Amino acid sequence: MSRVGVVTFPGSLDDRDALRAVKLAGAEPVSLWHRDKDLKQVDAVVLPGGFSYGDYLRCGAIARFSPIMELIIEGAKQGLPVLGICNGFQILCESHLLPGALTRNDHLHFICRDQKLRIENASTAWTADYTQGQEITVPLKNGEGGYVADERTLDMLEAEGRVVARYLELNPNGSRRDIAGITNEAGNVVGLMPHPEHAVEPLTGPTTEGLGFFTSILKQLVKA
Amino acid sequence: MTLDTVKNAEQTPDTALPWAELGLKPDEYERITGILGRRPTGAELAMYSVMWSEHCSYKSSKVHLRQFGEKAPASSAMLVGIGENAGVVDVGQGYAVTFKVESHNHPSYIEPYQGAATGVGGIVRDILAMGARPVAVMDPLRFGDPDEADTKRVAHGVVAGIGGYGNCLGLPNIGGEVVFDPCYQGNPLVNALCVGVMRHEDIHLAKASGPGNKVILYGARTGGDGIGGVSVLASETFESTGPTKRPAVQVGDPFQEKLLIECTLEIFREKLVVGIQDLGGAGLSCATSELASAGTGGMRIELDTVPLRDATLSPEEILMSESQERMCAVVEPHNVDRFLEICEKWDVIATVIGEVTDGDRLEIFWHGEQIVDVPPRTVAHEGPVYERPYARPQWQDALQADDANRLPRPENADELRDAVLRLVASPNQASKSWITAQYDKYVLGNTVLAQPEDSGMVRIDEETNLGVAVATDGNGRYAKLDPYAGAQLALAEAYRNVAATGARPLAVSDCLNFGSPEDPGVMWQFAEATRGLADACQVLGTPVTGGNVSLYNQTGETAIHPTPVVAVLGVIDDVTRRTPMAFAEEGQLIYLLGETREEFGGSAWSQVAHGHLGGLPPKVDLEREKLLAEILISGSRDGMIDAAHDLSDGGLVQALVESCLKGGNGARIVIPEGADPFVALFSESAGRAVVSVPRSEELRFTDMCRARGLAATRIGVVDGDALEVQGQFSITLAALREAYEGTIPALLG
Repeated sequence: MSRVGVVTFPGSLDDRDALRAVKLAGAEPVSLWHRDKDLKQVDAVVLPGGFSYGDYLRCGAIARFSPIMELIIEGAKQGLPVLGICNGFQILCESHLLPGALTRNDHLHFICRDQKLRIENASTAWTADYTQGQEITVPLKNGEGGYVADERTLDMLEAEGRVVARYLELNPNGSRRDIAGITNEAGNVVGLMPHPEHAVEPLTGPTTEGLGFFTSILKQLVKA
Repeated sequence: MTLDTVKNAEQTPDTALPWAELGLKPDEYERITGILGRRPTGAELAMYSVMWSEHCSYKSSKVHLRQFGEKAPASSAMLVGIGENAGVVDVGQGYAVTFKVESHNHPSYIEPYQGAATGVGGIVRDILAMGARPVAVMDPLRFGDPDEADTKRVAHGVVAGIGGYGNCLGLPNIGGEVVFDPCYQGNPLVNALCVGVMRHEDIHLAKASGPGNKVILYGARTGGDGIGGVSVLASETFESTGPTKRPAVQVGDPFQEKLLIECTLEIFREKLVVGIQDLGGAGLSCATSELASAGTGGMRIELDTVPLRDATLSPEEILMSESQERMCAVVEPHNVDRFLEICEKWDVIATVIGEVTDGDRLEIFWHGEQIVDVPPRTVAHEGPVYERPYARPQWQDALQADDANRLPRPENADELRDAVLRLVASPNQASKSWITAQYDKYVLGNTVLAQPEDSGMVRIDEETNLGVAVATDGNGRYAKLDPYAGAQLALAEAYRNVAATGARPLAVSDCLNFGSPEDPGVMWQFAEATRGLADACQVLGTPVTGGNVSLYNQTGETAIHPTPVVAVLGVIDDVTRRTPMAFAEEGQLIYLLGETREEFGGSAWSQVAHGHLGGLPPKVDLEREKLLAEILISGSRDGMIDAAHDLSDGGLVQALVESCLKGGNGARIVIPEGADPFVALFSESAGRAVVSVPRSEELRFTDMCRARGLAATRIGVVDGDALEVQGQFSITLAALREAYEGTIPALLG
């Protein structure tokens, strides 16, 4: 069975939810601890939402230097699939696995809402189960979710098809070009501000349309 | 300043101490010297003053609160009752649930963000200290006049503080209330509730037993924040002209609290503690004296071992400090190493600061010299008790005689239509989603229902789908008209809200927000409200498991409306059977359950249309409430109803608007024959709900209502994209939405 690790940093909040989503998708969830010095033979890693290390200094800035991140950064460069959700996305940017940064929401409030998205790139390791242009609704909850990068980087992301998901109907945080998620050049590292792990059960989520991120990776791993 | 040791106190009996400045009355100070047989040391005085404050000792309210125990209905569900950090209720399948609502009113007016944030932090630690994993929070809030500029300052800070702390803690915020009224202008009410879940065998209590066991303080370092906060803030009314008391409010660090939660839960899992207590109001004074008082022996503390944020703090200040995110545990010596190891794993500072002794004194030392030597019970549990005089205010008769049923009413269909739009656009009746969207309701992945649903509901077992529901309600306007009935109406509404979602009400927690107990009129309100609540709990079979009293909510001579806020906890065996409030399916039949009388006293309509408060609140009929709840629960369990929404402030029309907008479907309503349309739509008679029934279930449902004797009137059908009251008016959902959703962002955004 494919093993998908979920890292718990001090201050991680949606780690159990990510573990649940991995399980519901049919993979074996594996808890990873920020101080771990090995990846326990996982085939992919999720960096969950939350406020790692209290988000002191800058969101994700301290987590990036934790022992486990050294292994994950190394692994990602070798092709290890990594999905960063919310705080995880911030950590991926701080780690320079993804370009740009996440800034305070333009309206200055934390926002929790059911957010409509369009999958712009259905060929990454984490989105292959979606169809190109598919519209999904998943929860979004963040205080610092505004994606920013310089114009040249934004143009490059667009040109290379590296915008993974875009906000529809309402841009909830002032993200440039309505960007909700991006990927690296190889397509194995994806950062996403909304929370697909909270849209995996009809009982507790607005939809189950977030499950695709977790089934995508499973299929990818089975194929490999 | 030289150290005021016990020896020094014995040798200098005539030294004057600032007991009056610390809020103690002359007879209280005399009592302390009587207990000790000498003058207290500075440290002892600090402890007594803070522990004997209204906030910690409940000295004015105690005699009335006793009724909650004396009149408590026999309930097999009750595992831990009043007196512990929070009550614990059996919800079946080996699970126990603990919940409590508490106030953080005064700090939230002075420093809205930190006041509200630490209110969340404090109640979460109370729940944690019982051995439970906190699983959800809720916040009943009351602010002043929405048109006053200061209301915006307070509301912004409070909402941001609750979000800032709760969101960072990873606890879903699943409900609560937001009410505006000028009576709360200088005294906003910030109540906070937390629910926690544990297995029966994991219940922990705050007591220190077993001589030789170690006392471990863990969590944040102790700093200068909140010193005297409890006694200063809760014992007197603050005047805006006085010196600033800002530093008295504690500052919260939710990240530290999150670590404390995970660390503590891991310690519980390994069964490493004998007793545990959180540090809240009165800090170490409270934790050490309560632990020792509830245990079998004494306690010895080396106060100089406490890790400090500010090395210049005096021992008295360390005892008084209300620095947040701290806990105190009693641990057997052979478990200490493992305890410290787990704290180290979570980067939580932990220090052995003392031990349980075989004596009967609480003894505190500072660098080897004794500064406290007291019988712990006299500090923690045997504080002063007052039988404050109370009397029905003279104005009460005139207020009740000012009958709201005589106010001018809408006279034609157009005026009725306008009244609906004005009602749903009024700040108290309008959508609060601008506020609740700033709270994370999804984290932990078990939220089944959240605001604006009738109650918040979380799943507690992913295999069996066992869940709990909680609702909080209070109506200060009703309670002002009749505090006895007002408290009962608050309970009835919360009870009804829990049942409306399909859960069976089990237990109650209350937060009693009132003015000064030194005013006999306020004390009468308090006595009436507690009597009403205790009587109603007896009838409904839902015991009070704990709660909190907040007094001195007044500015000058003017007290807030008496505001008992009542939380009801219910259990649901299968959360997939929950009943939401939305009219989700066209064609379903709308039934009104219960009877409507002409009742406008304290109503939302009387406030919105006339700025009026007078008359009598709606009649309370608790037997009808029980019957209604049974019908709602059976209807949910047996799949007979697809939506349910309780009727309360704003009456039938408010409930219809909310259920229509939530589901995105309109409704065609027929006013029952012979009924006055205005009364039918706007009256606030209690004991009512609207439900939507699939046509296939209609017969079964009405048969059940008839057999049990509950009035069920078919009033319409879910249909179209407007709320149409036949023969009267039709308002499109778009127009309703604009009215309902536009108000709060315009006021606060």
